[in-house]
Amino acid sequence: MAKYLLLKHYRGAPAPANDVPMEKWTPEEISAHVQYMRDFAERLEKSGEFVDGQALAPEGTWVRYDGEGRPPVTDGPFAETKDLIAGWMVIDVDTYERALELAGELSAAPGAGGRPIHEWLELRPFYATSPTATDDCHAGG
Amino acid sequence: MDETTAPPAAEKTAPPVDEALLRSLTPGVLTILVRRGADFAAAEDAVQDALVEAVRVWPADPPRDPKGWLVTVAWRKFLDATRADTARRRREDRVDEEPAPGPASAVDDTLQLYFLCAHPSLTPSSAVALTLRAVGGLTTRQIAQAYLVPEATMAQRISRAKKTVSGVRFDQPGDVATVLRVLYLVFNEGYSGDLDLAAEAIRLTRQLFAAFDHPEVAGLLALMLLHHARRDSRTAPDGSLVPLADQDRTRWDTTAIAEGVRILQSALSRDRLGEFQAQAAIAALHADAPTAGETDWVQIVEWYDELARLTDSPVVRLNRAVAVGEADGPRAGLAALAALDDSLPRHTAVAAYLHERDGDLATAALLYAEAARKAPNLPERDYLTRQAARLNSRGSG
Repeated sequence: MAKYLLLKHYRGAPAPANDVPMEKWTPEEISAHVQYMRDFAERLEKSGEFVDGQALAPEGTWVRYDGEGRPPVTDGPFAETKDLIAGWMVIDVDTYERALELAGELSAAPGAGGRPIHEWLELRPFYATSPTATDDCHAGG
Repeated sequence: MDETTAPPAAEKTAPPVDEALLRSLTPGVLTILVRRGADFAAAEDAVQDALVEAVRVWPADPPRDPKGWLVTVAWRKFLDATRADTARRRREDRVDEEPAPGPASAVDDTLQLYFLCAHPSLTPSSAVALTLRAVGGLTTRQIAQAYLVPEATMAQRISRAKKTVSGVRFDQPGDVATVLRVLYLVFNEGYSGDLDLAAEAIRLTRQLFAAFDHPEVAGLLALMLLHHARRDSRTAPDGSLVPLADQDRTRWDTTAIAEGVRILQSALSRDRLGEFQAQAAIAALHADAPTAGETDWVQIVEWYDELARLTDSPVVRLNRAVAVGEADGPRAGLAALAALDDSLPRHTAVAAYLHERDGDLATAALLYAEAARKAPNLPERDYLTRQAARLNSRGSG
């Protein structure tokens, strides 16, 4: 099994095919979208592939240490040009192909006109937590 | 049934442990241990161990006196732990003697326990966790799941909290307001995972209400009951929020409303108004209206004025602006809103609503969309986005 992070962006991803902001959809289209996302997460839980999913508010600030005894320096809220993550889902799947398949399904969530959004999602593999036992064998022997 | 031939399967059909009973006995057992001289942190651990033991043993062998059983087992656990601790230094015979069973916990003991767990030296999150464990009898795992943090994190939070209050004398009087704030925090966390924190908060407040005669305790209990009565109608089957005006009032829990109103009236008659009583009064006025249109907004504005006088909270003034908008029209509401800092949470959502009521749908749609971006949680964000969508699709359609 391998874990993957599916990242969804408010900004910074290439424009999707069906690029209409949500407040310009009909209320029914919003309901259909929300339902699709819920069903997707539920299906993954049932298949034993869901690990975690969270959504982030669109505000954010850059922060860094500014030396002993000083308050941290902040820069924010994020400028309009900044890449902005909207949320993530962590999945635990058997193969990379399966991860691609699921990301594709998530990107097909319906938007304006009930048509798929074709949203670009970022798929990132986690590092494995430790070398596998068989790697140890090779290294040791 | 022939006892000698009773099959072992009978054990499997034994009723599961009454967890509600176990939890309700927890604070009483804990205070008895503390009264006997156990220090709070060790006593609390011992009671948790006894609860675990009860869940294991009771199904097959239910005790005749559950509380007595818990006290005996918890005291033994405490002695075992103390002995293990002190054995290295020197054996103390003193702790081997079991004192005569203490009197059943007096009501003020329970109250002391609430005070300790809500001690002002604790951060709100620590006070909440400690209250749920020591007063509520919940396990660390249950609390961790309810607050969506790892169990090890919650265990650490509770253990640090116990250390923080270890120097506080158990009989030191506390401020009931700090206890009420902690219970209100638990209530507002609502429902996540398997544990219903709102129901748990009501249970703990009810227990406090039984132990301590104070109008604000009554006010908080009434407020919780009146809010809880509407919970099922607050969410549509698809999970979306349903605002008060659109709720199906036939789904409100009339028993809880009646109890809340009764408790509130009795508290108000004592003429010692506090913020929870005032909030409960507003909730009661909503509960009292057969339809949204029949809501007594004039009286609600008066209660908000009382509340603003008691708390001087900007959030109260924001809610007051909504009520003014209903009582005196949206223009009056907008005027009240204009006096407030527009960085207040939900300020934009209120502005959107009042502009819509005023007929300015284009402004309202823009504000709803902006409010959605500032929403503090997903259900509210989705709700506000839908409001924007509703106005936008009306315009174009």
